[in-house]
Amino acid sequence: MRHQIEQLIEQQIEGKSLIAISTDTSVAINKVSRRQFLQMTGGGTGLMIGMQFMPGSALAFKSYPTGAEGMPNKTVINPHVFVNIESDGTVILTAHRAEMGTGSRTSVPMVLADEMEADWSRVKIVQAEGDEPKYGNQDTDGSRSLRHYIQPMRQMGASVRHMLEQAAAKNWDTDATRVKASNHQVLQLDDEGKPTGESIGYGELASHAMAMEVPAFEELTFKTDDEFRYMGKGDVPIIDLHDITTGKARYGADYAVEGMLFAVVARPPVVGATVKSVDSSETLKVPGVKKIVEIAGAMPPAKFAPLGGIAVVATNTWAAIKGRKALKVEWSESPHDNYNTPEFAQQMRATANQPGKVLRTVGDPDGAFANAKKVVSHEYYQPHMQHAQMEPLVAVADYKDGKLEIWAPVQSPYGVRTDVAEAVGLTPEQVTVNVSLLGGGFGRKSKCDFVIEAAMVSKEMGTPVKLQWTREDDIKHSFYHTTSVERLDAAIDDHDKVVGWRHRSVSPTIVSTFAPDPGITSGFEAGMGLLDTPIDVKNMSIEAGEAKSHTRIGWFRAVSNIPRAWGVQSFIAELAHELGRDPKDMLLELIGPARIIDPVAADMQDLWNYGEPYEEFPNDTGRLRGVVELAAEKAGWGQNMPKGEALGIAAHRSFVTYVATVVKIRTTDDGILSIPEVHTAVDCGFCVNPERVASQMEGAAVMGMTIAMYSGINYVNGAVSNSNFHDYPVARISSYPKRVHTHIVEHPFSVHATGIGEPGVPPFAPALANAIFAATGKRHRDLPFGKEVG
Amino acid sequence: MAITLKVNGVERSFDGDPSMPVLWYVRDMLNLYGTKYGCGTGQCGACTLHLDGIATRGCLLTMEAVADKAITTIEGLDSDGNHPVQKAWRAMNVPQCGYCQAGQIMSAAAFLSTTPKPSDDQIDQSMAGNICRCGCYERIHDAVAMAAVESSEG
Repeated sequence: MRHQIEQLIEQQIEGKSLIAISTDTSVAINKVSRRQFLQMTGGGTGLMIGMQFMPGSALAFKSYPTGAEGMPNKTVINPHVFVNIESDGTVILTAHRAEMGTGSRTSVPMVLADEMEADWSRVKIVQAEGDEPKYGNQDTDGSRSLRHYIQPMRQMGASVRHMLEQAAAKNWDTDATRVKASNHQVLQLDDEGKPTGESIGYGELASHAMAMEVPAFEELTFKTDDEFRYMGKGDVPIIDLHDITTGKARYGADYAVEGMLFAVVARPPVVGATVKSVDSSETLKVPGVKKIVEIAGAMPPAKFAPLGGIAVVATNTWAAIKGRKALKVEWSESPHDNYNTPEFAQQMRATANQPGKVLRTVGDPDGAFANAKKVVSHEYYQPHMQHAQMEPLVAVADYKDGKLEIWAPVQSPYGVRTDVAEAVGLTPEQVTVNVSLLGGGFGRKSKCDFVIEAAMVSKEMGTPVKLQWTREDDIKHSFYHTTSVERLDAAIDDHDKVVGWRHRSVSPTIVSTFAPDPGITSGFEAGMGLLDTPIDVKNMSIEAGEAKSHTRIGWFRAVSNIPRAWGVQSFIAELAHELGRDPKDMLLELIGPARIIDPVAADMQDLWNYGEPYEEFPNDTGRLRGVVELAAEKAGWGQNMPKGEALGIAAHRSFVTYVATVVKIRTTDDGILSIPEVHTAVDCGFCVNPERVASQMEGAAVMGMTIAMYSGINYVNGAVSNSNFHDYPVARISSYPKRVHTHIVEHPFSVHATGIGEPGVPPFAPALANAIFAATGKRHRDLPFGKEVG
Repeated sequence: MAITLKVNGVERSFDGDPSMPVLWYVRDMLNLYGTKYGCGTGQCGACTLHLDGIATRGCLLTMEAVADKAITTIEGLDSDGNHPVQKAWRAMNVPQCGYCQAGQIMSAAAFLSTTPKPSDDQIDQSMAGNICRCGCYERIHDAVAMAAVESSEG
């Protein structure tokens, strides 16, 4: 997301595009024209736009446009960049996306290996350094890796397979119809197309094959779905599995450079404060402490610039930590000194109770509310959150002779390269960014302030430096998930039908980190469950209210979808209760009939759609209904439950993936809650790696539980009051959702693969809250709602 | 006076700050990177190692407390990486990002050495000191249970 947001904002500042993030929330990122929509829904020829048909395998691979073309540096399709075959047959594939736990370092290259008929046990993965002109976009964010790279990977795999086949044909002095690649070798075929028994291994063919001209796309044939060896199977373990279990896997802090020193940084407690005075006399007495280095900070909007502060540099991490403890720093005042989250929440609630800026209107919402028999209104609150990925931020930097080499766990290594180069006065060509494994990311490691700090300190010290953030640093100095109030109103008519719907969202915007604070949710944020709501009510008003930012707002796994799903999916269950309806039936009724939403008729022509062309990745309520029905069926929805047990349901489309979750809870008489079972149905188009999809859904349930019950960031006088896991708790194994059953809607390759890292998160909290209500009658509207059932 | 100790069976001598946690000693001085920093306050378990066979938080354990003692890190758990817990972890495809897993494995291995046939509740209680933010708990639970069966059969 990082790059794309920057690009959107830059375009806006330069006045280049339709996008008007700062003042106009009706952002147009993928303007869907009426004509395109008619072509799309009219069937037949409209679907042909941008598609190419394959000779001999038209059904196997129809290419389609994706949002990859809108990303910085787009995609690179060049087998020589991604594939190397050694003479012993080892196939070395380049993973150009970062690995933070979703499995992309395995699943993306696996697509290429499958299409080239490589034997996965003979594949090695090398991690690309940050170099987008060479590899294409590397910004691992927005659940995009497979969505954007399944096609390039298949194309490169097919190219290499063809090159190997051609090399074998040449070797046997025969033509391409007499050869066939199969599991790491090329077989010779007879007149009838049957193997003759002759074969040549990939290793032996490698040097000739890789010297062949890369075939044009039109010359390629592709495997049919039933020929996939690895895709869709889920039996390929992640490539780092053995190293992880033996402690050999290398994360950001697991690098040492000759002569390296260790640093931690004292940062201002309030964003925007600066060093007024510093007394380092006690610090410098700590054995091992070498020096203190002041790091310049910047007042937001400053993108990923460091907050500033004092780095304590020592011969080991512990000495640096001790030295920092002994440091006496006086900080200046900041305009954000008065930020107190309880008061801010009250302000947001007050704003949410006033008419907002209208982003979308359907029918006559004012009339519907004026004539309603009854109006149901509720507010749903969500605090700031912090990623709390297990690996705190860390970077190793070695600035030497006008060159800088970095080792760091970063989601966007090329973004880091350009940002760090600028910060230390080098060109990107003088900077190398090596990407380690990421010990979790969740969006935090998209922002490279910690790498810039390491580079600055290394430059100042003239030595390599490992700059470590402590857990407290991580929690107190983040780019925070925004806080929000979602206000929902429904107008009910004489027949108990919902005839009016109003959703008003109030939350500080991510844009404030990049540009002067527009004070209202931006277009791409509105596109995450607000503007694009699938709710089908005759009269609707979608609105946003003003809220200024007082900290660095960033993105957190699933971003604005979390508060929107929390509000909308809780409210639907509340309406069901109000009207005496079954919550699942109410949900399906409000989603309305299966249809592809016409964004023009629905007054959401300015929809972001996660950067994807709407024609290819439309908002299909049939698929949303499908996951609702699948999850409900699997969970036994509608059956009688034992006393103290109940089900809750929620569904949400995000990152063009559809997810529905049914949470089953059990309560005891003393109010203790447990979650014995979760059923999550997911429609992510063609599913490359079902096993990793399941692991993402399991993890999303645990993170969803943390969001629902445990974690909120609080500000007192501008400073984050949380510090570590005792006051920023996350779910532990003592209270996790015991069994998460993942049900994947099966699709052929022709149904575009989407992403899976984020979409599991948003439905969980409302599904849990709805289950708690069903079991106890207690309705939670404020996150986090605590451990015990009230 | 120098502190002597054994790390993964190797005799070591340390003459630095006796208040230094073992976590930073093994990482910064020995370049043994399997033991991870997670919270520095004993709350997350990422730094779990064995002190004379008992699972201990490396971030709170000082060098003076390990004088003449033996510590084992993930690198020393099994020379081939084939401890039953490690094998079970792989069989269950437990990890997502993997950062916490060395600590999880060290906790599980120590737990099973004293509780070879644990109940489900015992597993969850014993592993509750190890946080996994990716949320691999279901598989961690199942892998511990599997390792228990493998160990008792083996």
